[in-house]
Amino acid sequence: MSTATIAPQALTAKDFATDQEVRWCPGCGDYSILKQVQTIMPGLGIPKENIVIVSGIGCSSRFPYYMNTYGMHSIHGRATAIASGLKAVRPELSVWVVTGDGDGLSIGGNHTIHLLRRNFDINVMLFNNQIYGLTKGQYSPTSEENKVTKSTPFGSIDHPFNPLALALGADATFIARSMDRDPKHLQELLKRSHAHKGASFLEIYQNCNIFNDGAFEIFTEKGSKMEETLFLEQGQPLIFGAQKNKGIRLDGLKPVVVELGGEYSASDLWIHDEKDFYKAQILTRMFDDPRIEGHLPRPFGVFYQAFRPTYEEQLNFQVESAISQKGPGDLDKLLAGRETWTIK
Amino acid sequence: MSNISVQQIDDVVIKFAGDSGDGMQLTGTQFSNNTALVGNDLSTFPDFPAEIRAPQGTLPGVSGFQLHFSSNRIFTPGDACDVLVAMNAAALKANLKSLKKGGIIIANTDGFDAKNLRLANYPDGVNPLEDGSLQPYQLHTMDVTKMTREALKDVNLGMKEKDRAKNMFVLGFLYWLYDRNLESTENFLNEKFGKKQDILDSNLKALHAGYNFADTVEAFSTRFHVEKARMEPGTYRSITGNTALAYGLIAASQKANLPIFLGTYPITPASDILHELSRYKNFGIRTFQAEDEIAGITSAIGASYGGHMGVTTTSGPGMALKGEAMGLAVMLEIPLLIINIQRGGPSTGLPTKTEQSDLLQAYYGRNGECPMPIVSASTPSDCFNAVFEAFRISVAHMTPVIFLSDGYIANGAEPWRFPQSKDLPAIPVKFKKGLEEGEEQFLPYHRDENLVRPWAVPGTPGLEHRIGGLEKQNITGNVSYDPENHQLMVRIRQEKVDKIADHIPPQQIELGPEKGKVLVLGWGSTYGAIKSAVLELLAEGHAVAHAHIRYLRPFPKNLAEILHSYDKVLIPEINNGQLIKIIREQFLIDAVGYNKIMGVPITKGELVTKIREML
Repeated sequence: MSTATIAPQALTAKDFATDQEVRWCPGCGDYSILKQVQTIMPGLGIPKENIVIVSGIGCSSRFPYYMNTYGMHSIHGRATAIASGLKAVRPELSVWVVTGDGDGLSIGGNHTIHLLRRNFDINVMLFNNQIYGLTKGQYSPTSEENKVTKSTPFGSIDHPFNPLALALGADATFIARSMDRDPKHLQELLKRSHAHKGASFLEIYQNCNIFNDGAFEIFTEKGSKMEETLFLEQGQPLIFGAQKNKGIRLDGLKPVVVELGGEYSASDLWIHDEKDFYKAQILTRMFDDPRIEGHLPRPFGVFYQAFRPTYEEQLNFQVESAISQKGPGDLDKLLAGRETWTIK
Repeated sequence: MSNISVQQIDDVVIKFAGDSGDGMQLTGTQFSNNTALVGNDLSTFPDFPAEIRAPQGTLPGVSGFQLHFSSNRIFTPGDACDVLVAMNAAALKANLKSLKKGGIIIANTDGFDAKNLRLANYPDGVNPLEDGSLQPYQLHTMDVTKMTREALKDVNLGMKEKDRAKNMFVLGFLYWLYDRNLESTENFLNEKFGKKQDILDSNLKALHAGYNFADTVEAFSTRFHVEKARMEPGTYRSITGNTALAYGLIAASQKANLPIFLGTYPITPASDILHELSRYKNFGIRTFQAEDEIAGITSAIGASYGGHMGVTTTSGPGMALKGEAMGLAVMLEIPLLIINIQRGGPSTGLPTKTEQSDLLQAYYGRNGECPMPIVSASTPSDCFNAVFEAFRISVAHMTPVIFLSDGYIANGAEPWRFPQSKDLPAIPVKFKKGLEEGEEQFLPYHRDENLVRPWAVPGTPGLEHRIGGLEKQNITGNVSYDPENHQLMVRIRQEKVDKIADHIPPQQIELGPEKGKVLVLGWGSTYGAIKSAVLELLAEGHAVAHAHIRYLRPFPKNLAEILHSYDKVLIPEINNGQLIKIIREQFLIDAVGYNKIMGVPITKGELVTKIREML
């Protein structure tokens, strides 16, 4: 079937900005994320009326107000559930969820895992700043242990979530990590999230310069970034370090750091394969506290991608096949049922 | 040829009672369907424990099904029973108090052995079937278990499976007693067990064995026949409240040409609506069993935002969980139906028992000034029309609507003169299609004369906009914390709901004079009991009237006038007094309550007594 379509006018990043003043704190990592989203949107080739951004509550959830698409700033933790209902009935829309570590992993943790296991074709962007910003500085479910905050003056005793391990545990079909301070990488991963057919879970490290400044400094700042991060590329060995002189090798099921050039060369290293579910589990577990001596670097990029039918495809397939098998519903037949009697 | 005569009677109340594993609900339902097909008026009241299988033989494990049928119009399942079928000692003990003096007891002796008597807490050595204590009644005993096994001796099934057909033996026995034929149940069994030949055989054989046994032993010297009821001409079927509700939703969806998305989480007694709707995908119905009550309603909000009709179904505790999301729907001003099949509360309360105790929750149970229209149903079949109305209001006024039913009417059945599709009104739906001429930008909170805002769904070019739970600036919908604007918006949202009163029918007087001594004002499932009580007092010549409120928020505009036309107003409710609080507050009248909070319906008899006190 071919239908004539009018080519949409070429859009620019500006077309995706609204007239609303952006009200995040000056220096907030959200500005960069907003900019990268606005930058990649025109290239997706989707008319902006077909894009919907749904958010919950929190600093990051103000996002829809700044995007000139359809958008809903909903209630705390429920964006994933609202987006699920929307996508179920309107599969043709491009649905994006903006959520944070509190919104998406604490109050809304339940809906997040269920969206992922159902595999709605929705792009979840989880802005992780490891703190509650909008309520002014309490620890979050991703805050590190012993963290001193307004609500934990003696240090937090909560063990933090590992968001990507959680997402993989929920059988998400696309799992990735990026950061606010690496615009090119973030743009690339936003495009990959969008291109994935199925639920995509993109964790974005985002700096809250007011309540948790520098939380990810070790991964984002020039001096330490190359040593502390591991950028994943499909089919490539896991190499990192300022001199590209270190790599990750699998010793049985255990990832270990090796120096390249001596005993080991690139061919001894773990070759990244996004389709490998078992290795993805090890990758998500490369989540050492960077304060600990001998810790592994933190991976960024696409950890895992798999394909299975989306929820909305299957739901609408059931509806269509019911109609094609039984014919469209006959209300009079339904109301009469099987057994009636007549009184004259 | 036996010399048994057939006696014409007008009115019978039977209660089937047994262990929760005895199949009493199925027996009751089958007898009800058969009763409907012979043209009697009927009303049923299933009453079962919350446990799927409470300890066998105990009092908490008793499951009952009460059925009232008549050649006259009836409106309740009956105050007291004429016939009690007791499958075991516990069933007898739990239900004897509801049997009329002189009533018939049909007891399964196998359920009265030493173990069953002990489990039913009878003192050592006491067997009510043998100690003469049942003398005020007509006692008929038979060993159902033994005879069922005997009838099934050629069937290739284990003893446990054979015993499962006991209820069919009893059903056959009663079909004989009430002069029925077995065809409708045979058809049902064929359909249900068609592929499991042994199980089908055992049920059919037990059914016939029960019928033939009754015919042979002449346990009764007469059989009873209840003539067709003198009901309005038309074609009828039997229907339960939850099924009628599901059909009402489907009908409204068809008439609005607006597909339904049901986001829900299983909860008693609402789950049957999900079960029913999930079967009708060819009507474009999408059902979504969410991870919790909150995702049930929020997914429905997402669907409504996308231009479908979002519906969520629940019961009291689930309603509490949905409160915040209801507030969001009020702010978004989009269509949404929240259906609450009320049950006994608070907390988990009495999951399988009925109560009208969520009216105040529906009225006030949300943060902030959060008005929502409330519509209620009064009988099982009324769920159809009432939910159709709720759907219409929701779409026409761009507002979430709460629909209240309860466990009693949800599970109860009655004859229904079902409508024809062509006689149902169309429900107009208006999506905004784009910017109109002269319209420079889309203003999502620009309202029409009824204060209704446009429904602009994603995918519509030119109408891109953002909405959310934060307070909105009037007209533009932009976020606003301006004090004057907030007060204005709170008042607009209230006025919008109040204006619905211009678009609902005036309150009717159901029965009785337009002015008089006592007005009995009800809502929901008390309808049948109030109507029956008022009918009796009217027949005695008292100036008593009955009005039943369907539209609980806003009230019909003429309600004040009606309330002031009687010396006294009585408000019976299955709660601790909820509608009465609202009526007293809004109309400043000294209404009197009659409140029963036992998890069971109010009976006609107790209402008659109460009304008499007020005359």
